[in-house]
Amino acid sequence: MLRDITIGQYFPKDSLLHRLDPRVKIVLTLCYIIMLFAASNPIGLIIGIVFLAVAYGVSGIPAAMILKSLKPVTPVIIFTAALNMFFIAGDPIWSFWKIQITVQGLWTAVVMSIRILCLIAGTSLLTYTTSPIALTDGIEQLLDPLKRFHLPVHELAMMMTIALRFIPTLIEETDKIIAAQKARGADMESGGLIQRAKALIPILIPLFVSAFRRADELALAMECRCYRGGEGRTRMRRLKIQGRDIICCIITGFCIAAVIVVNLMAPHLIPM
Amino acid sequence: MLAIKTEGLTYTYSVGTPFEKTAVDHINLEIEQGEFVGVIGHTGSGKSTLIQHFNGLLKPTSGRVLIHGTDLWAKDTDRRAFRFKVGLVFQYPEYQLFEETVYKDIAFGPVNMGLSAEQVDQQVREAAAFVGLREEILQKSPFELSGGQKRRVAIAGVLAMNPDILILDEPTAGLDPKGREKVLGEIKAYHKKRGNTVLLVSHSMEDIARYAHKVLVLNRAGVMMYDDTAAVFSRAEEIWKGGLSVPQVTRIFSLLREQGFPVNESVYTMDFAVQEILRLLGKEASHA
Repeated sequence: MLRDITIGQYFPKDSLLHRLDPRVKIVLTLCYIIMLFAASNPIGLIIGIVFLAVAYGVSGIPAAMILKSLKPVTPVIIFTAALNMFFIAGDPIWSFWKIQITVQGLWTAVVMSIRILCLIAGTSLLTYTTSPIALTDGIEQLLDPLKRFHLPVHELAMMMTIALRFIPTLIEETDKIIAAQKARGADMESGGLIQRAKALIPILIPLFVSAFRRADELALAMECRCYRGGEGRTRMRRLKIQGRDIICCIITGFCIAAVIVVNLMAPHLIPM
Repeated sequence: MLAIKTEGLTYTYSVGTPFEKTAVDHINLEIEQGEFVGVIGHTGSGKSTLIQHFNGLLKPTSGRVLIHGTDLWAKDTDRRAFRFKVGLVFQYPEYQLFEETVYKDIAFGPVNMGLSAEQVDQQVREAAAFVGLREEILQKSPFELSGGQKRRVAIAGVLAMNPDILILDEPTAGLDPKGREKVLGEIKAYHKKRGNTVLLVSHSMEDIARYAHKVLVLNRAGVMMYDDTAAVFSRAEEIWKGGLSVPQVTRIFSLLREQGFPVNESVYTMDFAVQEILRLLGKEASHA
């Protein structure tokens, strides 16, 4: 059934990473991405990998979840690796007809693959350890300065929160509608592409109707409670930077510094 | 002949996850053809899960479901055919309407059955007449109708398949008293005319007491009682203690019995209550 799909990917637990301020987590994830792309020699990349491994260890997220997050991007990784391997000019180590693999190409392919893998695993860690609500809260506060440029930051965050909130509700609703139409003999499992697309109509129309109805009711309920946008609104759970947030920032800072130092000190580890 | 028979029917949601929950636990049940059965139980007692087994929407985790003697999950059973034999009206069925006109929506089931155009037309019109939908409504969009009318269109959509077994999950939820009476009356009339089996899930004891021949009481994923309406409500005390309500008159009469008045123990309709009170008063009057 549809309800077995996990959406939002949040993996509830009570680890240090789960308790970190969402703003700090978002910023640190961005820093980590920068660090990955700054690392241009093997030692730098190893620092990146170790950093991620330690972070996953601290978070208590099972290793199977890492693989789950990496699975959808494998074609992208293979494609990039192949492109780099065959199309970068340099000293050939293997050639056949017009195709040749160069040392430089092979090296770039490996580096890029590791970078993408770490990038995906790292950003997944953010969504695994941060509930969708905390994430939108964090984004809203990080984007706060943009209000000066009349960007409706609060409204955008509210829209995101509402959308996330209604995903499980709509899934449940879809389940019910499918069951009801099946009870009237709707056939969704057989037939060609066009027939299957047609079979979706009895499900999509009631789903849209009910989504609009819910939106209407929610808007009314919000208005009844005098909701009028973000101005002057306070929050129940204030985000506050704490000791652990600062410590994590310092550790990440050290790692980035280490990557830069390694880059400067041993630039010739790369066979380019 | 048995319309529905279950053997050790068990259904567990989300097997193998922390959210595992057994909604239906080893239910053995035999429902005769032509009966009008009321199904009651708390929210979460497994009513909705149980009835979704009867037309093969849910596959039992263990146990068997037999409709007219055929095992629904045997290898060579065409389950889709049983969806038409066992008509299931879900809770708030009006949310499943989707066609441009009421007529087309009611025809969805019969068309899926692969009936001829004339036969579809006949069954749609019959079903519409049963639930009291007038001719001019048939060409309207279902989305312009009132709540009660939408509900009746949705019920007609299932009636139009002419099912041998009709199951309704709280068909009167959210309707006003007049609408309730009308919908239940129509179902009763349909039952009388067709002589089919009807299962009516309801929270309203009054409704069940009035319409059902037999009552199935579910409690904690199992069957608490399954008997004739009179027999079930004669055990009002037990039902009451199980946390379910009994019809108000039944409650009043069981209190009267506690007070020492010699009244019948299974009073569950207004008419019978009036009779009993008159009998009692007549007796007392003759004493005095």
